[in-house]
Amino acid sequence: MSTNNNMNLTLKVWRQKNAETRGAFVTYKAEGISPDMSFLEMLDVVNESLIHKQDEPIHFDHDCREGICGMCSLYINGHPHGPKNAITTCQLHMRTFHDGETIVIEPWRAAAFPVIKDLAVDRSAFDRIQQAGGFVSVNTGGVPDANEIAIPKVIADEAFNSATCIGCGACVAACKNASAMLFVSAKVTQLGMLPQGQPERYSRVQAMVAQMDAEGFGSCTNTGACEAECPKEIKMTNISRMNNDYFSAKLFREEAMHEHAASGE
Amino acid sequence: MSEFKQTFNSSLGKKLIMALTGLFLCTFLIVHLGGNLLLFSDDDGYGFNMYANFLTHFPPIEVVAYLLYLCILVHAVYSLILTIQNRKARPVSYAAVNKSRASWSSKNMGLLGSILLLFIVIHMSDFWFSYKYSHKIGFKEYRTDLATGKTTSVDYVPASADFEKSASTENNIEIVRVKDLHARVASSFSNLLYVVFYVIAMGAVAFHLLHGFQSAFRTLGWVHRKYTPVVCFIGTWLFAVIIPLGFAAMPVVYYIQSLNK
Repeated sequence: MSTNNNMNLTLKVWRQKNAETRGAFVTYKAEGISPDMSFLEMLDVVNESLIHKQDEPIHFDHDCREGICGMCSLYINGHPHGPKNAITTCQLHMRTFHDGETIVIEPWRAAAFPVIKDLAVDRSAFDRIQQAGGFVSVNTGGVPDANEIAIPKVIADEAFNSATCIGCGACVAACKNASAMLFVSAKVTQLGMLPQGQPERYSRVQAMVAQMDAEGFGSCTNTGACEAECPKEIKMTNISRMNNDYFSAKLFREEAMHEHAASGE
Repeated sequence: MSEFKQTFNSSLGKKLIMALTGLFLCTFLIVHLGGNLLLFSDDDGYGFNMYANFLTHFPPIEVVAYLLYLCILVHAVYSLILTIQNRKARPVSYAAVNKSRASWSSKNMGLLGSILLLFIVIHMSDFWFSYKYSHKIGFKEYRTDLATGKTTSVDYVPASADFEKSASTENNIEIVRVKDLHARVASSFSNLLYVVFYVIAMGAVAFHLLHGFQSAFRTLGWVHRKYTPVVCFIGTWLFAVIIPLGFAAMPVVYYIQSLNK
């Protein structure tokens, strides 16, 4: 491994003790960083030097480091998951940056994602939205045959595209309104498009939107920032699908229209 | 009632109201521009003044007009509520500037809308309020010789303060007396500052609708592979180009005409 290409960087990192205290930027030097390192590995190196100096290491979320778990976050130089498209922070390599660059690292900023410490934010609001309706109820009984229910390929593909959402919260971080619409709509769509999701389709969308509102996320202005920044390239089409289902559920469905149908719920 | 409130107080419900009122205001722009093209006819304001009189005295239009004013208010109030909620959703802002692909107009709807609200207040107080609720606007008498079709006009001072409009025919000459809003338009549009303000406001209309028209359809959930491009085309060319240009042409043309007088 050559050491000639190693980079020296200046990091402006958001340090915050906990949700109650005010945070501020602290500047660190990251020296001798290999361009082949991932962004998180670079932070590991910085943290090691901080530990050696008896300083508190920088807290940040991470888990699989393979771009599939949705745990890493970081708002890097004005972009969630950094400047490159369709990757998470763990998949971002230091060769994306140039020697001597100053990198500003911030946590996701949203009232619904309070800072736990430094760059780690509490994203359990997403869990509560999922728990409100992001599931399919399955009856017990005999094992059904595989592919017993025919699903058109376009529908299966679209539902699967929506299901690739890893719930990282980059959409919230990117949105000027800190809106969770892309996440919620992806979760609503992935189930609502499939036959197995039909029985709860309209109660699901209402429950999940109600929870989204209760968590204090903003509204959608259709700017498209979420779609542009999503590491899994979830489409804004999902938002329109969800709106369609939501208005339909509130205004035109059987349980919305007739008292005796609603009382069964 | 509580379910009704729940539907329209949810974040999606508020956006539904924004979309529906916004689209209604868009349809009004087409009608407003169509009627106001009469300003370009060279008849000393006869057509325009008759049109203004018709608008303010035809009951169905008056009903729709009040619906329109309500829509403007609801659109503005809801946008304020949504903006406050959206700001609350991000109490600490980012230090690094976001260079995202989101269009400028989509991120500045509030600013553009505020310019438009200011414009609407000034515009309505100058023309609509003066026309309907004040005596600041004079009258004109149009005499048309039915044999030759030639029309002459003179200022007219009505005997009664309640006078609105009259039309009669004497000796093959048609005499129409009507409030002269056209003169008011001409005098307002001879003021350069006023003209500049109008042109800026029409720029705000263009950018507001460049995003707003297609965004309303997205909010309603009407996204379609075949029809969404049509919506975007109409939103861009009709609502963000032709209509603002048509409206902006009025003060500009009248200002240039006032220089030649």
